[in-house]
Amino acid sequence: MLSRVADSCFWLSRYIERAETNARILDVNMQLMLDFEDQNPNMLDQHWQPVLATLEDQELFSKYHEKITPEAVMEFVTFAKKNPGAIISCIAAARENARTVREQISSEMWEQLNRTFLYLRDGMARADFQDSPIDFYRGLVDKLHAFQGTSDATMIHGEGWDFLQLGKYLERADSTSRVLDIKYHILLPRGEQVGGHVDITQWMAVLRSCSALEAYLKTNVGEVTGWQVAEFLILHGEFPRSIRFCANQLNSALHSISGCEPGYFSNEAERLCGMLRSNLNYATIGAIFETGLHQFLDQTQLALIDIADAITETYCRWMDT
Amino acid sequence: MNRLFKEYEIGGFFDEMFSAPGMVRPHYQRLTRRFSEMEDGEFDRKRLLAEKSYLNQGITFTVYSGDEGTERIFPFDLIPRIIPAKEWEHIERGLIQRLEALNLFLHDIYHEQRIIKEKVIPDEIVRSAKHFRPELMGFDVPKNIYIHICGTDLIRDANGVYTVLEDNGRCPSGVSYVLENRQAMKRVFPKLFARYQVRPVDRYAQDLLAVLRHVAPHENPDPTVVVLTPGIYNSAYFEHSFLARSMGIEIVTGSDLLVKDSRVFMKTTKGLRQVDVIYRRIDDDFIDPTVFRKDSVLGVPGIVEAYRKGNVNLANAIGTGVADDKVTYYFVPKMIKFYLGEEPILPNVETYLSADDTDRKFILENLEKLVVKAANESGGYGMLIGPHATTEETEKFRVAILADPRGYIAQPVVLLSRSPSYCDGSVEGRHIDLRPYILCGEKTSIIPGGLTRVALRKGSLVVNSSQGGGSKDTWVLDEEEELQTQSQTQTQTQAG
Repeated sequence: MLSRVADSCFWLSRYIERAETNARILDVNMQLMLDFEDQNPNMLDQHWQPVLATLEDQELFSKYHEKITPEAVMEFVTFAKKNPGAIISCIAAARENARTVREQISSEMWEQLNRTFLYLRDGMARADFQDSPIDFYRGLVDKLHAFQGTSDATMIHGEGWDFLQLGKYLERADSTSRVLDIKYHILLPRGEQVGGHVDITQWMAVLRSCSALEAYLKTNVGEVTGWQVAEFLILHGEFPRSIRFCANQLNSALHSISGCEPGYFSNEAERLCGMLRSNLNYATIGAIFETGLHQFLDQTQLALIDIADAITETYCRWMDT
Repeated sequence: MNRLFKEYEIGGFFDEMFSAPGMVRPHYQRLTRRFSEMEDGEFDRKRLLAEKSYLNQGITFTVYSGDEGTERIFPFDLIPRIIPAKEWEHIERGLIQRLEALNLFLHDIYHEQRIIKEKVIPDEIVRSAKHFRPELMGFDVPKNIYIHICGTDLIRDANGVYTVLEDNGRCPSGVSYVLENRQAMKRVFPKLFARYQVRPVDRYAQDLLAVLRHVAPHENPDPTVVVLTPGIYNSAYFEHSFLARSMGIEIVTGSDLLVKDSRVFMKTTKGLRQVDVIYRRIDDDFIDPTVFRKDSVLGVPGIVEAYRKGNVNLANAIGTGVADDKVTYYFVPKMIKFYLGEEPILPNVETYLSADDTDRKFILENLEKLVVKAANESGGYGMLIGPHATTEETEKFRVAILADPRGYIAQPVVLLSRSPSYCDGSVEGRHIDLRPYILCGEKTSIIPGGLTRVALRKGSLVVNSSQGGGSKDTWVLDEEEELQTQSQTQTQTQAG
């Protein structure tokens, strides 16, 4: 496969996943706000700051807006073309990448993505958003899931597919780590205790934004604690958005591309990914909290960046010659 | 008679559908019957359905205005253009003859130049052709095929005679619309296809791939073939990608390729892989910055050297532009006689060369009656339509012709045939042309029909998409179908 095509598949998939993360985070945050309706408006606006922090959009945001308001943040993260991390920009970038690999992906995939793009571009999306933001974000996530399903059902599960998986799981591991980290940025209101009502609501929001609440409650009956939520989202072996699950999928896709036997490595990307994977497979939540959750998540994000660089170096090194 | 055609005016042109007011030509009768069965609003619904399907599939071209390129769909007219089997058979023979002569001409021009020595074509006409490539003199292309893919534009004059307007022997585009228009029509009018015996066009991509494989260097039986595109911002990118997908081969940009030891490789995840045949959709000028335009970033440095060493083949060959120069066009009927000893089956449009003293005098005296064309422009640019032009425009061309006589030709205004087309709520006659796509490999073949382009602006004679043109599906009928239609007409006549 052409290196450029591999690279485009990888990024196409990352952008789709990134758009989905944005939609989930906004959806959940909005719901969270509804739970705290009785607080004073200034406090409520403060709750939108962590959204920007998670998405690393703060600096650009403050260039265009003086004050954080829910409307400004939603607009900025959803429709603002000047924000390269906005949902609309991610979908446009995914589509640009898809255009360059039309012969690799199926026509059904392209049409699903193109329809989503036209929907966002042509004002229909905004009308839906004004009717009901929550329904809008859910609808959008559905459209992106339809893309994943269409891909699964219509594309050859060969090398191009493996590169899509790389992009998807790398981005997803990264976004789960960011969503978890959001809790680190949220300050508990004065007088609230860890483990108290507000704390629990916030952890539940974290679970919801990973579509993990129901799955979590099946494993941890009736109890929501930071410790257990973190354990679930980092270490669960079968939940498709846990960091460990993503690292394992990443590892399989890498081995499927190279044909290298499981448990061995044939290039730097496989070596780094193997290390991350063992780290997660053999970690306990106790040890993680001992290091500090924030530090652990930080290290994980750095490891993911190194893996992405190594993938480029391994498979696309001719690209710039 | 159907509402849609009730107020239709033929207007003194050759009309594809009507032989006289209210008289539908036999091969269009079923179609008009189907259209007359339509309920109110059905036509509009079908039209919107087709448009939406183009948009969702991303079958668009990019128009640049301001800082943001906008994607538009190429307007598609639902009323097809129908060609009876007999007419098509005539066209087909004429096009095959023409391409054969053009390929012999190119081989001759880059070798002995017999046609110049025997004074059929003046030396300076060839030497001064903008796309003549002296760099390739004496070079043998595989199987002696220069133009593998040719798009020849045909028009019908006031008497309905099929006439050649120009040959496109470099990178003719538009074939993807032929295939997509057919898909759209099938989607929108499934029953109509069941009733008409329309010859299919689906095999184009497979035929094209067979041609490309046939011309691989060193008779390689299993060559690696790729499509080379300028990239996603090129207005024809959809087509490049469409063809690559339909052939099941890679589409590459210049930066995906590199030349090592005079061989061309593509950069893959498994390292470098040699490429044997390139269907390139980049003009000569941009293909190799070390040989042609130095500022080109689209091409592949060193590719011409690899080509000259015979390690890679390009389709079309480098230097075919000398054959589709509009001055060369004038000589094509002479070429046919010279190389094949045959009379041209399809005539040229009467043409005056401003390089010729007598012709130039005539051109300058009759500018307001003629169509003047720059010898090396395409896409409907560099053209003066005398009767429609302002004095200022006419004077600009007068100066240009005097400054560069070799650069222009002139033709009388040809009253292109018209076909009923849907325009803003009613059906009106619009001028059309036809671009069939001719493939030259082991044998020369043409998919039945081609791209019918229609000038949707009222009165306009320019069919190019950049100038408000659209397209129609083009149906070539099976012989059998035609017999049926004829006998039916007879029965109807007998029945009174």
